[in-house]
Amino acid sequence: MELEFAPSCMSIKQEHGAPPSVTPPLAVVPAAAQQPGGPVTTPGGVSPIREFLNSRGSGRLADSSFAAAMLLCACSIFVIVLFIFTILTIRSHLSLAAFGWKFFTHQAWDPVAGDFGALPFIYGTVATSILALIIAVPLALGVAIFLTELCPRPLRAPISFLTELLAAIPSVVYGLWAVFVLVPIMRDVLGPFLVKTLGWTGFFDGPNFGVGVLTASIILSIMILPIISSLTRDIMTAVPNSQREAALALGATRWEMIRIGVLRNSRIGIVGAIMLGLGRALGETMAVTMVIGNHPEINKSLFAPGYTLASVIANEFSEATTNLYLSALIEIGLALFLVTIVVNGIARLMVWAVTRGAPGRVA
Amino acid sequence: MSTQPLSNLPKPIDFQSKSMRRNSSRRTATNFVVSALAVIATLIVLLPLAAILFYLVYKGASSLNLAFFTHIPAPVGEEGGGMANAIVGSGMILLLASLMGIPIGIAAGIYLAEFGQGTFLANAVRFTADVLNGVPSIVMGISIYSLIVMQQKHFSAFAGGVALAIMMIPTVTRTTEEMLATVPHAIREAALGLGVPKWRTVLSVSLRTASPGIITGCMLAFARVAGETAPLLFTAFGNQFWSFKLNEPIAALPLQIYVYAISPYDEWHRLAWAGSLVLIVLIMVSVTLVRIFANRGVLKGGS
Repeated sequence: MELEFAPSCMSIKQEHGAPPSVTPPLAVVPAAAQQPGGPVTTPGGVSPIREFLNSRGSGRLADSSFAAAMLLCACSIFVIVLFIFTILTIRSHLSLAAFGWKFFTHQAWDPVAGDFGALPFIYGTVATSILALIIAVPLALGVAIFLTELCPRPLRAPISFLTELLAAIPSVVYGLWAVFVLVPIMRDVLGPFLVKTLGWTGFFDGPNFGVGVLTASIILSIMILPIISSLTRDIMTAVPNSQREAALALGATRWEMIRIGVLRNSRIGIVGAIMLGLGRALGETMAVTMVIGNHPEINKSLFAPGYTLASVIANEFSEATTNLYLSALIEIGLALFLVTIVVNGIARLMVWAVTRGAPGRVA
Repeated sequence: MSTQPLSNLPKPIDFQSKSMRRNSSRRTATNFVVSALAVIATLIVLLPLAAILFYLVYKGASSLNLAFFTHIPAPVGEEGGGMANAIVGSGMILLLASLMGIPIGIAAGIYLAEFGQGTFLANAVRFTADVLNGVPSIVMGISIYSLIVMQQKHFSAFAGGVALAIMMIPTVTRTTEEMLATVPHAIREAALGLGVPKWRTVLSVSLRTASPGIITGCMLAFARVAGETAPLLFTAFGNQFWSFKLNEPIAALPLQIYVYAISPYDEWHRLAWAGSLVLIVLIMVSVTLVRIFANRGVLKGGS
């Protein structure tokens, strides 16, 4: 555009027959404005220079259409969320109409009789997610504390890279590893050990086949760990150094400094990070489906097979023969969608509240 | 000027008293214990990573051969066979997803960074993108199933591509926005001052300056969806034979791994490990490239 300016200027000069050698280019104005003795800018009207500039097109059309296109793409994100919600609601209307709210408190899951209730799956999802959080949160906090406060500088980048590598491993590979490595370990080593030490709690009754709620929780905890630890690390890094220095200057040991200066300042953000991990755990499908045992029952024992919301969809969707069956599965998907939206929304707000100043990263 | 007699001062704290020493040693011990716990936690976290990588290489490398890359799956009970059609299918679905998802994601990022700064709408879009990022992939799968597969009445590669594209958009959007935010205002102002229209400024100045970072974001999104299985279960569906048509079921590497992993045949387990190794190597290579690019992008954008 800027290159076109000079030639078009020249053409105007030639149109009005102004000698280019005599007058400087800026004094060249259209003939209509050349009143005798009048100033270059006509009072009350638009300056002829401005008029000329306006007339040769300011790119306003291109600019506004570009902005509109970008806006359209930005709004497509809303459209996607709305579309998922609408289509899932429409497709699940059969089951919504048939069962109503009782769907979520009903324990039966009988595709042959057409009787559906999501309670076993809700139980499985909640149990595995909470157990996974119980395992993952202390470890993730330990990693974050180690990386931000204790780690020698040269080791910091490689270790954080390695923990983030955990996040890059696909779910199905975790599942494969769990089926062939973790399940035998659970069956032969960890399971008997837990029965011997914690058997009195009643959580480890019944036969232990290696697949079950506990195995699924362990694999889930490995998968959500990098999310929690990397976000917690970002949040801890956002704590100003003056807080640390103040605590140290008062004679605090390093742990007291971390507890008083760092953890207390970032606790909202850490809760947010944990909730983001929870959101991921609720919706995790493949690895859980491969090791949870896929049996819709509510059992206190952690060795017992279970079923989660996501894994029932993955497992039974392609064999859903009746419309009601399909619609019940889609309603489970809708419930999963709404729950993760709410959990993620709250978590994001919490993380934002802490890291607002610092640039965030894509988790 | 006479100084005050020392006896008037409060009694100095005796740091050597028994309670003082006990207190301080307790605090030192706590500090030591917590530091040790943090180190142990890090080691525990790195353990599964090492175990997974070890098993992948140990089991996968032994079953990798040329046939894996050139043959289609063998029927049950026969030795050999490969995943050539799954690798090609994955490539096609990912290409389709990138073609749809990346332009929309980048455009949305441009809106957030260049047009809508500070507006309510931009904040809402940003928030929605973050939330969409956390929606389970299986939900994407069944909503695309409800939209496309139920209408067409058959599974298709196109549906799989759309599902993955939707998953790419939020990641690409957020990275693009963050990378554009690192472009200094002076560069934009220089371009605008020369009379370059805004759209041209955005495309050839801002976007170009931030391009290494944006490429990083795209590859990150690519790596993330490359391993996704759940959205493809009911969209691309999988296929045991060659397929190049977009409106037919198509094989994909993660799907094939899933099917083989839960099958009862040893031969298929072997192929599942090999497939996982190939998938992981692809993803690791792109993530590592991202690391290299990302460091450069930050430098280039910020300078």
